[in-house]
Amino acid sequence: MKTAEEIKNAIEAAVPGARVELVLNPSPAAQHSLRIDAAHATAVALFLRDDKELELDFLSNVTGVDWPEREVTEKVKVTRTVAKSVDGPEGEPEGQSVQQVEETVEETRKRIEPGCLEAVYHLFSMEKKHGPVVIRMKTVNRTDRVELPSLTPVWRSAEFQEREIFDLYGIVFTGHPDLRRILMWDAFKDHPMRRDYLEPDDFEYEPTPHDQVLARAAAHAAQAPQNEGAAQ
Amino acid sequence: MKNLTIPSDHDLEFGSCATRPEGWNRPPHIEPDGEGELLEVAMGPHHPSTHGVFRMDLALDGERVIRLKPVFGYLHRNHEKIGETVSYLAMMPYTDRLDYICSLTNNWAYALAVEKLAGIAVPERAEYIRVILAELTRVINHSSAIGFLIQEMGASGTPLMYAFREREKILDLFEELTGSRMMCNYMRFGGCRVDVTASWIERTRKLVASLPRFIDEFDSLLSSNEILMARTQGMGILTPELAVNAGITGPMLRASGVNYDLRKVDGYGVYNRFKFRVPLGEVGDIYDRFMVRMLEMRESLAILEQALKEIPGGPVQDVKTKSRGLRPKPGEAYGRIEAPKGELGFYLISDGGPNPYRYRVRPPSLINLTVLEDMCLGHNVADVVLIFGSVDIVLGEVDR
Repeated sequence: MKTAEEIKNAIEAAVPGARVELVLNPSPAAQHSLRIDAAHATAVALFLRDDKELELDFLSNVTGVDWPEREVTEKVKVTRTVAKSVDGPEGEPEGQSVQQVEETVEETRKRIEPGCLEAVYHLFSMEKKHGPVVIRMKTVNRTDRVELPSLTPVWRSAEFQEREIFDLYGIVFTGHPDLRRILMWDAFKDHPMRRDYLEPDDFEYEPTPHDQVLARAAAHAAQAPQNEGAAQ
Repeated sequence: MKNLTIPSDHDLEFGSCATRPEGWNRPPHIEPDGEGELLEVAMGPHHPSTHGVFRMDLALDGERVIRLKPVFGYLHRNHEKIGETVSYLAMMPYTDRLDYICSLTNNWAYALAVEKLAGIAVPERAEYIRVILAELTRVINHSSAIGFLIQEMGASGTPLMYAFREREKILDLFEELTGSRMMCNYMRFGGCRVDVTASWIERTRKLVASLPRFIDEFDSLLSSNEILMARTQGMGILTPELAVNAGITGPMLRASGVNYDLRKVDGYGVYNRFKFRVPLGEVGDIYDRFMVRMLEMRESLAILEQALKEIPGGPVQDVKTKSRGLRPKPGEAYGRIEAPKGELGFYLISDGGPNPYRYRVRPPSLINLTVLEDMCLGHNVADVVLIFGSVDIVLGEVDR
């Protein structure tokens, strides 16, 4: 079978304008994946399914992954010009002069990596008996722009699995024929598989909650993240 | 079925979907005949035929099914979220509770995924033990699945009790080896928890030698039964094109004539050392699914015989393997096995910590339900029960 790199080139040759990014997997499994852009996702999926050499007719697994906003600390090598006093010849004090010297130092920088939701698809070929080819797509953010194109029209096996991601992660799959909650009940709010999901504070049952219980519940509710925009 | 609108392009060669009209893989639209009103029926969640708590929302035109929507989640406990909060090893007993009839294959699939993620090797003896246990599990699952199917046809008890009689004997062996009959919690990363004894192998060999007699009995009791044939042949047909597109796996896929068995394709464990055949159906109806399971049991016995004969000595787990406190390097892995119900996969993402960052189960039971509506449309309610029974699901795995 083609390597991930070759599949990337094949996609870019076949689908004009498609941006494909190779995501390396450092684990011993070495199942590298391809991140495709949402705008060309359906065209890329059709190519992967119908290409005579790849023929990835079997979409096995569809998964959501939550990547909350996080602070990344990284070490960067920086070259900068520093003013340094240099000794003059023979160590005479009057020979000292200030010079501009370039030096490379390591600097620790912190930056905020924006959060996103990701959908991961594992493809195999039943015809050619190879795989997996892993493709992934990510949303713009985690709050109000959580749409991704549905691949259910291409592979029917995504139907229930994309519904499950919608239910538990809150990714809205546009073009899905029947996007409803699947495991939680319809009136349920929020998405339990998100990393910052807060379980409801209903363990202590009181017929008419008051005082301490109400105060605790209010404090609890204040911690919950405000996931707006995701379909409720 | 004059009102079915199925695209008539079955002469297309298998696998090529490019020339198909858009929406070919959706359930067909059926027009009511216009006499009388449609009846909406919620079948379940407490219904004897639903194998647990499962609901089918049906729209009926007389007896004919016009629409069917499966509803589940009654047993949902967010298994995957639990997976993110406990260590790799502590998740092993939870996997028993997915498909609680086949706990040992669940263990194996999870262990395989972690072994891929962390690059752990498995000693040969452990691989043989895994094969033996998985094939015994397959016999349990297929015989019970057939038993339940016949039960739903109205043969109260008899075939199911025949299946359970043999299941008891196998469960006794499981209990002796693992300490538990159903929640075995036996596999470990890079091997198995305890070694099997020579006497256990000897008794397993004896049991395996006696099982063909049971299958012959089962076969002669059922396979040519006139009522069973009348009710299952030509019923709930699933075309190979749709089966592949909808990700159907396991006996259900092979009953539709697609030769795809992960034991052959991936050859995981030591499966490529054994000689066995992959039974395939021709029509893809309930009878084929029943028959494929019946034949697969015989092939399982063939594998068992070879494995019990060839099992080598040695350790069942490398002593240096770190099960407890395992922290795989950052990365991800997808591991899958041919569980009795279909492809059972585990997808793990590690961020270098003691817990998985993401723990995902690919449940064959859930995905095999995708085409339930397609298979049932146009049939009578009584047949819906049979078609549903032939899918063979366990709700512990569907709902997770």
